[in-house]
Amino acid sequence: MKPTVLVKLSFRSIFRNRMRSLLTTLGIIIGVSSVIIMVAIGEGSQAQIRDTINSMGSNLLIVMPPRGRFDANRLTQKDAERIRTEATLVSAVSGTLRRSVTVVGGSGNWSTIVYGVEPDYQAIKQWELQEGEFISEQDVKGRRKIAVIGSTVAKNLFGGVTGVGETLRIGNAPFQVVGLLKSRGTNSMGQDLDDVVLVPLTTALVRLSRNNYLSTIEISAISEDKMTEAQAEVEGILRDSHRLADDKENDFEILNQSQIIEVASSTARILTILLACIAGVSLVVGGIGIMNIMLVSVTERTREIGVRLAVGARRKDILLQFLTESIVLSLLGGAIGILFSLGVVAGLGKFSPIRAIVNPLFILVSAGFAGSVGVFFGYYPARKASGLNPIEALRTE
Amino acid sequence: MSLVVMESLRRYYGTGNGGVTVKALDGIDLEIHPGEFVAIMGASGSGKTTLMNIMGCLDLPTEGKYYLEGIDVTTLDPDRIAEIRNSKIGFVFQSFNLLPRTTALENVELPLLYRRGSQSTRALRDQAKEALSRVGLADRMDHVPSQLSGGQQQRVAIARALVNRPSLILADEPTGNLDTEMSLEIMTLFQELHRGGITIVMVTHEPDIARFAQRKVVVRDGKILQDGPIPDPARAEEVLVRFREEHTL
Ligand SMILES: Nc1ncnc2c1ncn2[C@@H]1O[C@H](COP(=O)(O)OP(=O)(O)OP(=O)(O)O)[C@@H](O)[C@H]1O
Ligand SMILES: [Mg+2]
Repeated sequence: MKPTVLVKLSFRSIFRNRMRSLLTTLGIIIGVSSVIIMVAIGEGSQAQIRDTINSMGSNLLIVMPPRGRFDANRLTQKDAERIRTEATLVSAVSGTLRRSVTVVGGSGNWSTIVYGVEPDYQAIKQWELQEGEFISEQDVKGRRKIAVIGSTVAKNLFGGVTGVGETLRIGNAPFQVVGLLKSRGTNSMGQDLDDVVLVPLTTALVRLSRNNYLSTIEISAISEDKMTEAQAEVEGILRDSHRLADDKENDFEILNQSQIIEVASSTARILTILLACIAGVSLVVGGIGIMNIMLVSVTERTREIGVRLAVGARRKDILLQFLTESIVLSLLGGAIGILFSLGVVAGLGKFSPIRAIVNPLFILVSAGFAGSVGVFFGYYPARKASGLNPIEALRTE
Repeated sequence: MSLVVMESLRRYYGTGNGGVTVKALDGIDLEIHPGEFVAIMGASGSGKTTLMNIMGCLDLPTEGKYYLEGIDVTTLDPDRIAEIRNSKIGFVFQSFNLLPRTTALENVELPLLYRRGSQSTRALRDQAKEALSRVGLADRMDHVPSQLSGGQQQRVAIARALVNRPSLILADEPTGNLDTEMSLEIMTLFQELHRGGITIVMVTHEPDIARFAQRKVVVRDGKILQDGPIPDPARAEEVLVRFREEHTL
């Protein structure tokens, strides 16, 4: 029998029982669309994580106290200075001191995070200014009481005004606002990037710290592919600066932005795979639904099969007829599922903050997968149909 | 050459787990020549249908030989047997066995779809139309079985049996579900086809129907009891005319 005839027969039989076919394919529709949607959301969140981490700075290396042992912190301004002067693969360096503080301004109080930073911090974090200027070399040297604020802080302290030129209080000391950062919004973890106050590092060390240890040293490597080498270089300088013997462990830790991205997105990837597998189970359930209906169909059409065998159909012809029908059925379900999931993904993009990315290749893969479900679950019923005895088949009612 | 040759053909049905075996056919010797019109008669359970099934290659004998056009069917593989059913045999059943919700034309086309070798869809369609006009249903091509009378449905089934120009038409009680007038119509058609050179083997219970054939074979308990020509067969066409005269006001 010609393939075109087989496909035509399948469509006829499928459309003859419209409602039943629709209900049968529902399992496949749900399965395919949930796989696609899950994977799209997974890929979207991976991209989001990458963006978030990239927004932390460019080619960023972060030197921190050893993990879990903040009391062992020995990072000093001198360390930062040595990296600045000695490292060759580094384009910007800034020590930071990070404190949660309540600041007081024109129209109220605001709990925020105050960072003591050096001028390079602007380049490392790629901050742009909305108004005014950033912290300068002189500000750091002179331990000036000036501040650069984010837009959330400005809004909460100074109402509608930008705040530049105003004064805010950290502890008891008045700081003059010299700059307003351009708004960056929130990152994917819901953190408000504009909820910051930046002050000169030296001022912060005096006002907000009991000792002279830094929270972090943030560093930009000169390029993305030099990150690892830059990390090694920084590590060497710090070991030397801390006079660590060769057999001693580091008393600091260096986070490498590209490694963070790697780790974070691999977590997201595993989650995506997990979700896709769960969704895949519904695809299998859909396949079982198809098998069930095909078995019913074989029973219902026993006489038809007998007639076909009597007029000269080979077993192979019957097998192919039913197999084609279940493949067409699953592919139809797959196609509807794909369209539906594309709709959902588009809707998510428009009406929700969830980011979902559909990989065109994956659409092909899921269509192929739907087809194989049809083959796998259609084979047994088709086999059963083709194995019928024509005499008995013709006798059934 | 003979069209059908059966030599001491047996068909036993085992009940499997140690029960009795039913000897549905118990040593049949039969020869049918091209162009014959044979009526097979016999009591219920005598083995007529079993004989037809083997003759039509739907079933194989337990023992004995069956040659169709000189080919030993018992040695062929299933695909080859399917091909023989397709090209050499046309079945007509008591209960018509048309595909429901499928037009007369498509029902008649069915055997053509399984014909080996490719032919244009158009040519197949024309062939199916020709077969339908041969049974006088050219104007009912697009009707589905539920829109046709029993006699018309059986004519569609006969067109389906004819469409591949088989060497042998096998009809198992073709008039069993039809009233007298429709039965006579079908027999008229059979006689017409027979005059046109087609070989027909027909099972029937009714002597009134058997008398339209040329030769009568009586089966009992799986054996042939009697086999001989029917002297001066009746002409169904004339009987039909008479019947209609008597039954119209
Ligand atoms: N599949 C089967 N299994 C077991 N026995 C069978 C089977 N088919 C037929 N028989 C037996 O074989 C014998 C012949 O049956 P067959 O159908 O050929 O009779 P028949 O002459 O066509 O009868 P009828 O006039 O009632 O149609 C019967 O005794 C029947 O019970
Ligand atoms: Mg019978």
